[in-house]
Amino acid sequence: MELILLIFVFVMAAFLGFELIQKVPSQLHTPLMSGSNAISGITMVGALLATGNVDGGLGKWLGLLALILATINVVGGYLVTDRMLGMFRKKGK
Amino acid sequence: MESLINLCYIVASVLFIFGIKMLGNASTARRGNQLSSVGMLLAVAVTLLKGGLDYTWIIAGLLIGAAIGAVAARRVQMTGMPELVALFNGFGGLASLLVGWAEFARDNDFSDSPYPVFTGFAVVFAVLVGGITFTGSLIAYLKLSGKMSGSPTLFPAQKLINAVVLLILLAAGVVFVLTQASWALYLVIALSLALGVLGVIPIGGGDMPVVISFLNSFSGIAASAAGFVILNNVLIVAGCLVGASGIILTVIMCKAMNRTLANVLFGGFGATSGKAQEVEGEMKAITPEDAFYILEAAQSVIFVPGYGMAVAQAQHAVKELGEILEQNGAEVRFAIHPVAGRMPGHMNVLLAEADVAYEQLCEMDDVNPIMETVDVAIVIGANDVVNPAAAEDETSPIYGMPIINVHEAKTVFALKRGQGAGFSGLVNTLFFRENTRMIYGDAKATLTNLVAQFKE
Repeated sequence: MELILLIFVFVMAAFLGFELIQKVPSQLHTPLMSGSNAISGITMVGALLATGNVDGGLGKWLGLLALILATINVVGGYLVTDRMLGMFRKKGK
Repeated sequence: MESLINLCYIVASVLFIFGIKMLGNASTARRGNQLSSVGMLLAVAVTLLKGGLDYTWIIAGLLIGAAIGAVAARRVQMTGMPELVALFNGFGGLASLLVGWAEFARDNDFSDSPYPVFTGFAVVFAVLVGGITFTGSLIAYLKLSGKMSGSPTLFPAQKLINAVVLLILLAAGVVFVLTQASWALYLVIALSLALGVLGVIPIGGGDMPVVISFLNSFSGIAASAAGFVILNNVLIVAGCLVGASGIILTVIMCKAMNRTLANVLFGGFGATSGKAQEVEGEMKAITPEDAFYILEAAQSVIFVPGYGMAVAQAQHAVKELGEILEQNGAEVRFAIHPVAGRMPGHMNVLLAEADVAYEQLCEMDDVNPIMETVDVAIVIGANDVVNPAAAEDETSPIYGMPIINVHEAKTVFALKRGQGAGFSGLVNTLFFRENTRMIYGDAKATLTNLVAQFKE
């Protein structure tokens, strides 16, 4: 995609991101932080492409390490967030 | 195929948007997290459809990462949750750094890229932000888990050193963008990692939640930068969403402490190194047996939990004591300060784990106006959030932070392991007041003792 379009989308996403979080009760700050942390693991898509590069070399090893780390971030992040939010259920809200 | 992949990226991004939005509301939060995970699954799965990939390495990486992540998430205790979030965040930052570096390492230049200079700039940015995120999060992890002291680490000429490091880093970055010299990139990597450490060590342990939220936003920005390196739109969008929403959440957290972000991040440079202030009076101790008599007569009791309760795993004992006091005719409430515990909402989670009824959990602003009518306020391992110095002492680093005014209650019992200073190293003037009595010892043991006395 053209760079200028990507920058456009980036700017739109930024404003959207600012608007998404308005009044969050303090009890949800940690799950929200953990949940959005899991999303930041989207880097794993980039790591996938780097690891999958058949040409090998340093780039491939870096990609593999990145893939492992990002996957830990994603899988661990979603599970931890779910655990935290599971506790809220019990309050019978 | 390219169009299918991009289409699916759009769907994934929409799922992330809804996910984040729903995470902000208690009734939709869990579904929001699940929705966002579906988005992630979609983005990953569709990327695998791209032609020409070496799947053996990919599968290996995915399996190892998933196994480690799942085991860590399953096994961590609720008390260890905050530092685990910090660690995961750091890993994500490092991953973005590596993705940026890997793209360069493919050919050691950007001849493949349609925008070589911009790509060089994006690599530097991804490395810089990812590096700071990684080491900064590691320091946060060490401070939160107690492996490193919570007091700010200060040394002479600190500001100058940090500024110099930043300048050299920027210079190396410019060199790299213009010449694509490997050494310049390596220097940027090394200095970014250093800057993460230097930037976080002067921040007190009590401020780690804000730091982690800030670094969480950074890790999103790093992912976005990595996205610009490889021109992948889902990385750019999702990373930016996390980056932007993260900054807002950080600001909200700062407001709860009545401090500015700048004060949290850079305030340590001018702070006093936490030496003991002169406080009049002395700390008076009381035994659980004597405390029992006062509690027996109490009509209104408030519990104020802090991280100490979590450490002592005393939440179930607290619930028991609360129930017995209610049977005895008292009105029992729990006052939760926005930043009590190592992370906001931490106390709520721990008390929920102990099956404390939701209606009994009160916010600080609901409890402060009626504090004078409270007979006994029981402070369990909470420190800064009940320290009157925040309201009275202008030289205190926590001055201005809203606190739970337990000192206005008729009697205060402070349960503490010993006489040491709290997590942030500050002296708590509450303990020296006339109406405060200290009950020393392990909180769980003390509470169980009190419960036993009621049962006699």
